[in-house]
Amino acid sequence: MNIHEYQAKELLRRYGVAVLDGHVAWTADEAVAGAKKLPGPVYVVKSQIHAGGRGAGRFANDPNGKGGVRVVKSLDDVKAAAEAMIGKTLVTKQTGPQGKVVSRVYVEDGCDIKRELYLGLLVDRDTSRVVIMASTEGGMEIEEVAANHPEKILKVHVDPASGISGFHARKLAYGLGLEGKQVASFQKFVTALYGAFHELDCAIVEINPLVVTGAGEIVALDAKVSFDDSALFRHKDLEALRDDSEMDPKELDAVQNDLNYVALDGEIGCMVNGAGLAMATMDIIKLYGSSPANFLDVGGTANAARVTEAFRIITSDANVKAILVNIFGGIAKCDMIATGIVEASKNLSLKVPLVVRLEGTNVELGKKILAESGLAIIAADNLADAAQKVVAAVKKGA
Amino acid sequence: MAVLVDKNTRVMTQGFTGAQGTFHASQGIAYGSTYVGGTTPGKGGTMHPELNLPVFNTVAECVAATQANASVIYVPAPFAADAILEAIDAEVPLIICITEGIPVLDMVKVKRALSGSKSLLVGPNCPGVITPDACKIGIMPGHIHRRGSVGIVSRSGTLTYEAVAQTTAAGLGQSSCVGIGGDPVKGLDFIDVLEMFLKDDETQSIIMIGEIGGEAEVRGAEFLRKENFGPGKPNKPVVGFIAGATAPPGRRMGHAGAVISGGKDTAAAKMEAMASAGIRVADSPAALGSTMVKALGR
Repeated sequence: MNIHEYQAKELLRRYGVAVLDGHVAWTADEAVAGAKKLPGPVYVVKSQIHAGGRGAGRFANDPNGKGGVRVVKSLDDVKAAAEAMIGKTLVTKQTGPQGKVVSRVYVEDGCDIKRELYLGLLVDRDTSRVVIMASTEGGMEIEEVAANHPEKILKVHVDPASGISGFHARKLAYGLGLEGKQVASFQKFVTALYGAFHELDCAIVEINPLVVTGAGEIVALDAKVSFDDSALFRHKDLEALRDDSEMDPKELDAVQNDLNYVALDGEIGCMVNGAGLAMATMDIIKLYGSSPANFLDVGGTANAARVTEAFRIITSDANVKAILVNIFGGIAKCDMIATGIVEASKNLSLKVPLVVRLEGTNVELGKKILAESGLAIIAADNLADAAQKVVAAVKKGA
Repeated sequence: MAVLVDKNTRVMTQGFTGAQGTFHASQGIAYGSTYVGGTTPGKGGTMHPELNLPVFNTVAECVAATQANASVIYVPAPFAADAILEAIDAEVPLIICITEGIPVLDMVKVKRALSGSKSLLVGPNCPGVITPDACKIGIMPGHIHRRGSVGIVSRSGTLTYEAVAQTTAAGLGQSSCVGIGGDPVKGLDFIDVLEMFLKDDETQSIIMIGEIGGEAEVRGAEFLRKENFGPGKPNKPVVGFIAGATAPPGRRMGHAGAVISGGKDTAAAKMEAMASAGIRVADSPAALGSTMVKALGR
């Protein structure tokens, strides 16, 4: 789960991470009121969307204007900046060409920036430990630095048995060329940030840029925080931070129905059991000359109700010209899936061709249920046959 | 021979009296495997009502009484890491965790506890391990397997079934199938299982099924380049497949570990690493069996 910058900073502040003062605003007037509580005279007005590249991004209604993050020097300019952002669509490198609507802004205290650095935490799959990465290339995307200047990324891995220690921070601090009181400030910052990561079951925490101020303090200028979805059960309070408007409506629908669904831009809707087979089904559709409209893992406990929900979400996508059901029953039983398919097809009065491939547990019973349903279901014998038939059905309809 | 499990494997189940534990233990028994008992805290001292096997409060008690040498875990995700840690503490040699959705930081702790321990972990978020006609531990449909010569290692459950069905249809059969699971932090990884397959006489060829995310397949391919292919090496034919060629970057595709986050973790990069190491890459998930037949020169 992703959250907004202002929410991330509020959370991090509670763990002792140094962030600047700021206030979230849903209207231009609220932005001015927020700015009045700050010392000034410099304010930063920042668009709040779940995507990076906001500063360099441009608004769809003003492609040659200023970006999604603006430094201003008066309350009037705070108001003007907020008006230019709220309700407008911001297009950045990470939003895709359709952009994202800015519903709120964050008005933050200005900052005397001496150096811009990078700091990020995540679970490293190779070592199975939390890795803390730092770089002198603040403000740049870490993937870009990793590709072009891997030597500029410093890493320390934290042993979960002993936790974070002073040497982790010192190793990074001296590696970044920090000196004097900056080192102690950095150590405090990193230790607090690791604490937050650990306590909140984060997936990624990224501070980019992390700044060294003129006074030698270490402060987070930006903050990106995402949580491990599997751990949300023990952080009920974080649910309040979820912003449904940032999600694709079909994907939101799927999440609420406990289905694993990712919307794509192709024409064949897929319902599959198992994540690996679901990906492979998308791949084979492409191989046979069409493209998948979605990823959907219906899971091992698929019953009629789940299949109906899955079909409803798949067919709510207007681009879907045919549906491929691919089930290799292990826990999932083919007869149960077949019953679900028959019910769902009737309930939703399905209008697109439906190709079904069943294999595994209770397959004969499942095939019999489909054959006796009287529905125009195209049966397939195996994965290749299924892909061929569904692609042919789409081409025929075109 | 086979890998990890055989006729001598004595299986216990953690989460024994729950719906999952009960159903899959009964399936394992029906398949002919040796299931000896299990744990459900609070129900120790009773007999499993359907399976007529002893229930214990703790893993240590179960091991002492039944000489179990493998434990399969069906405990719900919030308590699954604790269940793995208990099995490690009881020095169970083989722990297989089926549970999906364990918090990543819980698995970071588990992984630390595994190092220096007497246990091997398979999973979590995996279908389990099977040696056909000998021992089935996990949720895979037993009837699609045939005892044979192909060792299968995979991050995906249902794609493993696909490889099994295709190698059975091709008349090759399987030596053992190991589902290593779809989580980013897990027990055995490709290299560990590949090493076992290279040493196993019954395994004459290998199918390795990966997916987007992480670089374990790349390292697995490198391992095979050094340890399998070349003069004086086993030279067992290896067929590979990577799921997720059409997956968009940055999106999690069902499995917690299946997300492209930059670098060598795309399907294309992994397939290239596999091919350059000497692995025959199947272009389609429907061609796992036929590619193996070709690789074997039959």
